[in-house]
Parts: sequence; structure tokens; C-alpha cells
Amino acid sequence: MSETNDQFDLVVIGSGPGGYVAAIRAAQLGFKTALVEKDAYLGGTCLNVGCIPSKALLHSTEQYAFLNEEAEHHGIEVSQLKINVEQLMSRKSSVVESMRNGVAQLVSARNITVIKGHATLLEPGKIKIFQKEAPIEIAATHTIIATGSAPIELPFLPFDGEKIVSSTDAIKFEKVPESMIVVGGGAIGLELGSVWNRLGSKVTVVEFLPQIAAGADLDVSKTVERIFKKQGLDIHTNTKVLEGVVHESSVTLRAEKNGQPVEFNAEKVLVSVGRKPYSESLGLETVGIETDDRGRILVDDHFKTNVAGIYAIGDVTPGPMLAHKAEEEGVALVEQLATGVGHINYDVIPNVIYTDPEIASVGLTEEEAREKHGDVKVGKFNVAGNGRAIATGHNQGLVKVISDAKTDQLLGIHIIASGASEMIASAVAHMEYGGSAEDIARTVHAHPTISESIKEAALAVDGRAIHAVR
Amino acid sequence: MQEEVKVPSLGESIVSGVITQWHVNNGSQVNKGDLLYELETDKITSEGLADFSGVIEILAADGDEVKIGQVIAKIETDVEASVPQEAPVETTEPEMDTAESPSAQDILDKADTLKQSPAVERLAAETGIDPDTLEGTGKGGRVTKGDMLSAAEGEQPRIIPEDLVSPNPPIIPQPPEPEPQPEPIPLKEEAPRQEIVPVKTQFETEERTSRSKMTPLRRKIAERLVSAQNNAAILSTFNEVDMSPVMRLRKEMQDDFVASHGIKLGFMSFFVKAVVSALKAVPQINAQIDGEEIVQNHFFDIGVAVGTPKGLIVPVIRNCDKLSFPEIEKQIIHYAERAKDGKIGIEDLQGGVFTISNGGVYGSLLSTPIINPPQSGILGMHNIQERPIAENGQVVIRPMMYLALSYDHRIVDGKEAVTFLINIKKSIENPSRLMFGL
Repeated sequence: MSETNDQFDLVVIGSGPGGYVAAIRAAQLGFKTALVEKDAYLGGTCLNVGCIPSKALLHSTEQYAFLNEEAEHHGIEVSQLKINVEQLMSRKSSVVESMRNGVAQLVSARNITVIKGHATLLEPGKIKIFQKEAPIEIAATHTIIATGSAPIELPFLPFDGEKIVSSTDAIKFEKVPESMIVVGGGAIGLELGSVWNRLGSKVTVVEFLPQIAAGADLDVSKTVERIFKKQGLDIHTNTKVLEGVVHESSVTLRAEKNGQPVEFNAEKVLVSVGRKPYSESLGLETVGIETDDRGRILVDDHFKTNVAGIYAIGDVTPGPMLAHKAEEEGVALVEQLATGVGHINYDVIPNVIYTDPEIASVGLTEEEAREKHGDVKVGKFNVAGNGRAIATGHNQGLVKVISDAKTDQLLGIHIIASGASEMIASAVAHMEYGGSAEDIARTVHAHPTISESIKEAALAVDGRAIHAVR
Repeated sequence: MQEEVKVPSLGESIVSGVITQWHVNNGSQVNKGDLLYELETDKITSEGLADFSGVIEILAADGDEVKIGQVIAKIETDVEASVPQEAPVETTEPEMDTAESPSAQDILDKADTLKQSPAVERLAAETGIDPDTLEGTGKGGRVTKGDMLSAAEGEQPRIIPEDLVSPNPPIIPQPPEPEPQPEPIPLKEEAPRQEIVPVKTQFETEERTSRSKMTPLRRKIAERLVSAQNNAAILSTFNEVDMSPVMRLRKEMQDDFVASHGIKLGFMSFFVKAVVSALKAVPQINAQIDGEEIVQNHFFDIGVAVGTPKGLIVPVIRNCDKLSFPEIEKQIIHYAERAKDGKIGIEDLQGGVFTISNGGVYGSLLSTPIINPPQSGILGMHNIQERPIAENGQVVIRPMMYLALSYDHRIVDGKEAVTFLINIKKSIENPSRLMFGL
């Protein structure tokens, strides 16, 4: 490419799941597309330091935990079991690497121009990219900002990469910390807390809200809190961290629990209180793009910012920060640019926490459903009554199906179970097509599978679960 | 060659209809010109004839809502019907086989097109509601369980076959003929008689109540009546008319009239002419509201309500001011025959400025008709009864009819309405006024 003024139909800034998917879809639709990435590798947070590496660690440590705690019960005797953190991390890295290669391959196969560097908007349709070498300028008919998000720092507890860490650091510890405090009991905190807890770290979870897994259905968060406590997580809800003191080899957090002062001490502190949109130094002010008070780029239903020709998707915009949401938005936006039509059903975006058991949900919580729909029906099924769950020893969990009392239309489905992340897909499909609880109840589920629990919960909506005593 | 059978265009405002009945069986041999199906729309009922000869494959079931232009069957013109080969030689009742096979085939055909969700299928089976007839709220227009439930709330299991259900109020026994019953529009004699059939059926069922889906025509009638009631300020005024002069005139003229025109002289031509005269005298009734404006009509197209087995329709007789008595009578007979055959076209129903409705044929003594929007008036004729009335200080017996004029009070004042009705009364009681344009 020439050094200046390359003209593209579409320039995507950020190559995370939102950005690279948008770029591929655009290339499929015949757009001359450029993908700009400031980091060394494509794939964004999710692929490099988020979803994928954490899933690798979660899987490995789950095997370890099984061998450590359950194998003997299965008649599997293991002697001299020990964790090799270096190898653990190396496998994780190879997983990430293979994903990076995959994305790079996909992108290059579509003749998408990849530009490594930091993009700044100069004016609508004109983007300057700072690279190792001299900056270049490119022109774009359409620009998509898909720059994602970054971990939020607590002002009194700045990240130091050693003792006060973000999720990015917590996936690459070189040894198992003796103890770790997780500030924020959401998806990231619970997942990484679980990883190190399984490896022997004494993990304390401190959550400001009355429940962990904030945003989850109350039954769900209560149930998982009980399960995680049994696994050894020390969980403190309604606890507000006030200040932190960093010592030579530990950190002390002063906090307030239900109004009472408490202190926590640990080798490391993982701050996972949320993520903030990555919208700085993008030249948003230069072109006059509006953001809200949290720095999120404001877009309309068609992902348009207030500046013509500039769009934004994913974590950098309001809404749940989920890779699959960003992906769908990227596709919908590009299709819209090409055909005028593109749509996302925001009511049925699944959400998963990859702990053991996994927590997956779609749609409304019971509380939200009652508020929005008034009369609702709820069916619950305890996974302990499921044959496959008992056989595999994964018998902790709950499935909850919520439907409209009048139309029986599915409003929300919540699953705590081993494999919930895979099970939720069928729930999403039913809801996407306007399905009713009865539709699930009348759909044949293979036996024995843990998925049958969804069917039982759907039956329970009408009080006719087969494998439950009522 | 495979030729498609499409739903023909039936007028610009009609986009869909319901196939009320197939007259041929799936897979049977049809010949060009054969009656294939009946199609009911919210305005008219029409029949579809075969344009080709061949073996028919039916793609839409009885009761299906179909769109104009939709392919509802295919005719394979190259093959002969395979029925003879399929049917075992010794079948004792081949007719039953052929009668049942199409519906089963139809169900299979439908299953091929779009699989419904299991809950929807259960409800379809239990309620008899065809999900294909509903507008789905699910993705891609899919019918959800909620759609079925709300449909079922209005229409429970179909116990009575649709064609047996009359949209008209079921029980109106013919009154004992009061001596000089006005000669009704020919069809009307038949309509009520046909309607006795469903009434009987309903009484014979074991159920205390039964439900069925509204036909598009009935739904449209319901919609229009409610909309008329809601949107206009409808008021009625009454009068009575001595029918003896008209009856005398008919008696005197009948033989010559029949000899010369080949049809009988009825009452309706008198009333049509009387209405024209009254509309000329009170033009406000021949005007209508359109938004903020008043549209004054300077023509006299008058609708005459005709009862049909499927509901009341109002074909319009054009330019009644220029028509002679026999011409009006001929038009009425023409329409009545077409209505009987279900062949009234949409254009026959459009553009009237005033309506005459004769409840008298059913024996009604007095009623308040509802105007047919955007028209501003409707004349209700009623039963002719011999009643004692005072005439020149004497009590005499006269064949009397009550007249009702319902009018849109937004545009017609009371004085005008009363004047209009008195004008009609005068014309009917002294028909010679009609000769002189009075």
C-alpha cells in the first residue's frame, strides 16, 4: 500500500471479536476493508488476554481439581500429583497462539488490509495511524470503532502488575499465589478466583453488592454462592473496599462489611470490578463524537455515532460487554451498510460464567420478568435429580425457566450446571423463535443428558416435571 | 407440463381470501372449465375454474388464507389421473377413499412447508385453529404459542363446519303472511330459508355452546358496522306510509308490465324513485363528510341491500334518476341472481350515495338501520301490516308500512331528515308525483 491516503470502503479500528468479524463480513460483501490493531496480535482482549486464555486455564485447573479432590472416589489413585504452572501457562499460550494464527489467516484470506498501529480520527473519513515507523493516513467511506474495553482500576488501588493486578496479569502468574483477594465477584473475578483456588491459593472474594454474579437471577446467585463457598472460596458480599496498603510481600485491604470494618490480607489482589470502554486517544473529540459520562460512545439503533460515516460496536458502546454481542453487532452493522438491513435481538443474548458448575442465562431474571410482565410462571429443576449429572458427579446445579403466565412465552432461562455454556444455546434458540416453555417441554432431549434438566424445568413451569418430587 | 393455479385478482382492494371449499380432490383429474374451489374475501365470494385439463395437486387446504397471485394448486397436463391404478379394483366404496385422501394429503403438504413449534401443533390439534391462518409474532412471522392462545380465546374448537354457520342472525321465522306482503327481492325469499339449516344444526349438537371462526365477510361486516357507529352521529327518524296506492297501481299495471318487460313490477322501483326525488329535494343527504370537507354528490347511485347466505351485501344501482321503473326492476333482479351465485363483483358494491334496506321481507315492523359509511343516510323499509288508521275522521283499515331514515347527524339536520322522509311518504302515497318530478 502507498504511504498516504489509501482509500477504503471500510476501516475497522480494533481487531477484537467485534472488529475482525465485522471486517470479514465486510470483505465477504465486497467492501475494500482495512483492519487497524494497536497490539502486536489480532483478536483483541477476548482472544489474547480474556475469554480464550481464561478458558484454557479453567479447563486445565478443572482437571487438576478433579484429580485432587474426586479421582479417588472414582477409584483413580493418583500419587505425587502436582501442578506445573510453567507448563500450564505454556499450554494456555499455545492455545492463544493457535487462535491468533487462525484469525490472521481468516483475515488475510479475505484480502483485508491489516494495519498495525494506533488509530486516531482526524476528521470524518480520515484516520491517522501511528506505527513504529512514520504515521500514515488512510481514508474511509465508513469507519467502525471497535476498540473494546480495558479493566477498571480502583483509584486507591492502582494496578502494579505484581501485587495489585488486573485480569490480564492474573492469567499469567508464574507461581500459585499463597493467597489472593478478588475484588468484584462478577464473571471475571469468579472465573480467575476459581482457577487459583483450585491450584491451592486461598481466595477471598469481596463483593460490594448483596450478591455475587451481579445481574444474575437471585436464585442463581444464591445457589452459586453456596456452591463456591463449599469449594473453598471465602465470599464476602455487601462489602466495600475502602483502602489498600501494599506491604513488602502482601497487601492489606480495609473494607466495610454491612457497616462493620473488616480487613483482608493476601499476597495478591485481583481487581475485577468491571471494564471501561477503550475510547481514549482515538480522536473522538477531534471529530466531535459524543460519549456518555462513562466514556462509552453513544450510538443509535443502527450503531451510528453522531458523526456521519462513523460507527461504533462492542464494549466501547453501552450494553453488556460480551464478545458475542460485539460480533453480532459487527455483522449487523456491515450488513446494514451493504443492504440497508441488519438486526440484533438484544433480548436474547446469552451470558455465561465459566466456573464449575457453569452459570449460563438468557433473557430476564425472575425479578425483571415480574416487573416487566407482571404475571409469570417459574419452573425449577434441581440438577441433582438428573441421571447424567449423578453419573458424572456433576450433580450440583439448578435450571430455572421463566415464562409469561398468559402466553407461556419464554422470558428467561437460567442454568447452573456442568456444561451450562453449551446447554444455553438451545434455550437461546427457543427464545429467538418466540418459543414457549411448553415448546421446550415437548422437544425431545437425549437421555441421559444434563440438558434434560432444561426440559424438566420447562415441564415444572406447568407443575409437571417428571423427575422431581413436589 | 405443469400449470399453476393462482388466486386471481379480484379487485384492487382485495389482497387475500379464504378458500372455503375445494370441489375437486387432490390428485384427481380435472377438465378445463371445471369448478375447482370457492374463495371468500372480505367483500365477495368467487369461484375458481380450471384453465387446463390434467391431474390436480392441491397446495392449499380448505380454510387456508391465501393471497392474490398465490399458487394454490398445480395441474399436471401430461398425465392421466392415476387414481384408477391406485384404487384397488375391489374397493367397495371408492368415493369415501377419495373424499378422505385430500385432507390427509393436505396436512402432509402443509407439514412440508413450515414446521410449527410443538406447543403450536398441540394447540392446533386441540382447537382446530390452523396456525397458517394466523399472523405470527415470532421470528420471521412464526406463530407462537401465545398467538395460538389469543386466537383460541376468540375462537375455540371448530365444532361446526364453517359453511354451515350463517353470519346472519339465525332465527327469523317467516311471519304469517300478512295479506299484502311486498314482493321481496327474489333472493331474499331464499336467503332465510337457507339459513334455517345451520340453526337446526346448532340445536342438534350436544354442546350448550359452540364456536367457530368468523368468516372474512362477517369480520368485515362487524368492522364496518362498529366503525359506522363510532364515527358518525347516527340518528333515526320514523314515519309511516299507506301502501294502498302503490299496491293498487301494481295490481292495475302488473299484467301489462309483465307482458311488455318480461318481469314483474315490484315495490322496490317505487322506493328507489321516491328516494331519488327526496335526495333532489334534500341534497344534504346526498352529501358526505370527507375529513374536514363536505362532498356533495350530484349523482344518484343507490345501494339496495340484498341478503345472501353469507351475509348482507349492498350492490349499487347506478344513475337511478335516469332509469325507468322496468330498468330498475331489471337491475335488481340481475343483482339478486348474481348474488345468489356468489358472483357479485367488488365494483358492484362501490360508490353508492344512499342505501335502501328492506327488513320487511323478514317481517320486521320497525328498526333503525345503520348507515353504510361514508354515506349519510339509509332508508329502512318494513313489513306491510293492515292497521286501523284515522282518515278524514273515520277509522279505516290500510296496508301500512313504517319507514325509518337513519342519517348522519353531523351533516344532516333533523329538519332535513324529516323533510326527506316525508317526501318519500308523499311519493309512495301518491306515486303520480314521481311522474312529474315532485
